[in-house]
Amino acid sequence: MGSAPGDSAAGGRGAPAPAIRVRGLLKRFGDIEAVRGIDFDVHSGETFGFLGPNGAGKTSTINMLCTLSRPTAGGAQVAGHDVLTERDDVRRHIGLVFQDPTLDGYLTAEQNLRLHAELYGIERDAVALRMRQVLEMVGLWERRATRVNTFSGGMKRRLEIARGFLHSPRVLFLDEPTIGLDPQTRHSIWRYIRELKRAEGITIFLTTHYMDEAEYCQRIAIMDHGEIIVLDSPQALKASVGRDRVQIETDDDEAAIAELRRQFGIEATVAEGRVTFGVPEGAQFVPRLFSKLGAPIRSVSVARPSLDDVFMSYTGTTIRDAEASSADRLRPFARVMGAR
Amino acid sequence: MTPAERLAGAPIQTPPAPPPPPSAPAAAALPIARVHVPPRSWRGDARAIKIVWRREMIRFGQDRLRIVTSLVQPFLFLFVLGTGLSRIASAGTHGVNLRTFVYPGVLCMAVMFTAMFSAASLVWDREFGFLREMMVAPVRRGSLVVGKCLGGATVAGAQGAIVIALAGLVDVPYDPGLIAAVFALQLLLAFSVTAFGVMAAARVSQMQSFMALMQMVIMPMFFLAGSLFPVSGLPRWLEILNRIDPLTYAVDPMRRIVFSHLHIAPAARQALDPGVTWWGWRVPTLVEAGVVAGLGALMLMVAIAAFSRGE
Repeated sequence: MGSAPGDSAAGGRGAPAPAIRVRGLLKRFGDIEAVRGIDFDVHSGETFGFLGPNGAGKTSTINMLCTLSRPTAGGAQVAGHDVLTERDDVRRHIGLVFQDPTLDGYLTAEQNLRLHAELYGIERDAVALRMRQVLEMVGLWERRATRVNTFSGGMKRRLEIARGFLHSPRVLFLDEPTIGLDPQTRHSIWRYIRELKRAEGITIFLTTHYMDEAEYCQRIAIMDHGEIIVLDSPQALKASVGRDRVQIETDDDEAAIAELRRQFGIEATVAEGRVTFGVPEGAQFVPRLFSKLGAPIRSVSVARPSLDDVFMSYTGTTIRDAEASSADRLRPFARVMGAR
Repeated sequence: MTPAERLAGAPIQTPPAPPPPPSAPAAAALPIARVHVPPRSWRGDARAIKIVWRREMIRFGQDRLRIVTSLVQPFLFLFVLGTGLSRIASAGTHGVNLRTFVYPGVLCMAVMFTAMFSAASLVWDREFGFLREMMVAPVRRGSLVVGKCLGGATVAGAQGAIVIALAGLVDVPYDPGLIAAVFALQLLLAFSVTAFGVMAAARVSQMQSFMALMQMVIMPMFFLAGSLFPVSGLPRWLEILNRIDPLTYAVDPMRRIVFSHLHIAPAARQALDPGVTWWGWRVPTLVEAGVVAGLGALMLMVAIAAFSRGE
C-alpha cells in the first residue's frame, strides 16, 4: 500500500527508497545559520517528528523540503524527487499544512477544496467523491457550503488537513499541526493523522514542540539551534536516558544541591522551581535520600523518563526554558551535554 | 454530534466495497478514493489560470460594496466637476457638453481603480497566507499571475461596462461601433493596469504601502493624461509629461472614437480633440492601443519573473 504505482522514483533499487532523504542541508539567513548542514532519512510510511523549541530551524527545514525556499547548501529528495531540480514533481507528491492558516476566508470550505483540486490538476470525475470523503473525515461535510472566515481556529485547521490530503500526497508535511488548539481538537487531529496513515500508508513529517505529541511518532529528531542533536524512536530515546527524574522541594535549594553532590556525587539543577536530578532507580533511591540528606525536604516526586528528560539530557535545558530564550538566538551559547 | 460519531454514521456513497483485508480491518471505516496528480503540463497550467480567474469572480460577486465604492470618485468627476465647471467653461467647449469631453478620462479612471484594487488582493493573499497555498501548487507560477491579471481585467472591465452603460447621460451616443471600440480599449487598459498592480504587489508586502502607491499613481496619471483638458498647445513641461503618461494612450483614442460620433463643428473638434502627436505626427489609434498593450505585456512579464523567482 505504501509505494505509489506508476512513477516510482530513481534510487529505489532493492529496498524501498526513503520518503525523504536529506544530505548536508544548510540554510543561511544573512549571518545566521538557521539550519546547519543536517542529514537524515524518513522511511516510507513512517510518522516522523521534528522536535524542538521555536527558532530551532524546524520551519526553515520544512520550507526547503517543500520547495518553498532554496537551500544555501546541500540538498534533499522528497518522494524520490530532488527539491532543487524537480520542484514540480516534489510538489505534486506532497501535502502541506502550515503553522499559519492558508485558506481563503471568502470562499466556502468546498470552494477552497475545489480550488486546490484544480491547482493540482486532479481528474474531475474523482474530485467529488474524494472531497466528500476528506470533508467527512474531518467532520466538516455539513459545513461545506459555509464561508471559511466564520470557522473557528480548530475547524480551519481541520479543513487545512483535509485539503493537504485531498490530492493523495505521498508525504504529508504538518508544521505544528496542533499549535494553539484546545486539547479536544488536538486529540481529533491526531486521530485523523492515524487514519490517514492506515488508509493510504502516507508518510507523515511533522514538527511540534509538544512533547506528548512526539510520543505518537515512530521516530523523532530533536533539533536545537539548527542541528539535529539526536534521532531515534521515542522508546529508545527514553531508554537512552536510563534514569528516572527526581524532583524535590526544599527550603534551601542551594544546600540541597551541595548535599546531593557531597553525599551521592549527583549533579542537580533547579528546573521548574524544584531541585531536579536523574538517578537509575528513582523509587529505590528515595529512602536513601531521606536518610542521608540533611536539608529538610517538603515534597518529592519520581517520574519515569519522558521526552522532556530526553530533551533535557541532550540539550541541557527543558524545552520550555529553551522556548523562553529562543528570542536571543544571536547570543553565543554554551551547550551543556547531558548524560551520554 | 462529535466528528467521530459523524464519521461513523455518515452515509458514504460508494459502491459496496469488497471486504477489507484482515490485516487492516479498521480501514473499512474510511474508504478513500485515491486520486492522482499528473505531471505538470500546459493543460494543468490552463486549469490553474481558469481557477485563479474564477476565484476573482467569486470574490467580486461577493463584494458588491466595492462595485459601488470604486464608482464614487469617477462619478464625482463626471457629474459634479463636469456639471459645475461647464458653467464657466462653456465659452471654450464650442457648445459641446463638458461631461462628454471628460467622459473617456473618467471611464479610464474607474477602470484603473478597480484593476488596482484587484491586484491589491494579492497583498492580502500574502498577508493571510493564501499566497503560499498557490505558490506550492505544482503549476507554473506564471499561470497564477496570468490568471490573476485576467481576473482583475474582467472585474475592471465589468466596472467599465457599468460606466459605458451610462454614456447616454453625458450625451455620448449609444452607437454599436462606438460601444464596441470603447469597450475593447477599456478592457485592454484594465489588463495592463492589473499587470502593473500585480507587478507592484510582488514587491510591496504591506497593504498601507500598496494603497499609498495606488493613490500616488492613479491621480497623477489621470490628470496628466489630459482627461480634463485637450492635449495640444500645452506648456512644454506639461506636454512632455503628458506624452510620457501611459494613460494618455488610452484616453486619447477613446476620445477620438467618442468625438467621431458627435455632430459638431470642425473648429470644436479641432479644439477639443486635437489628438496626441509625436514630434508633429498624429499617433494613430492602433499605435496608441499598441502602447497600452505593449506596456501591459512588459509588466506582465516582469510580474511573472518576480513571482517565479519565489522566496
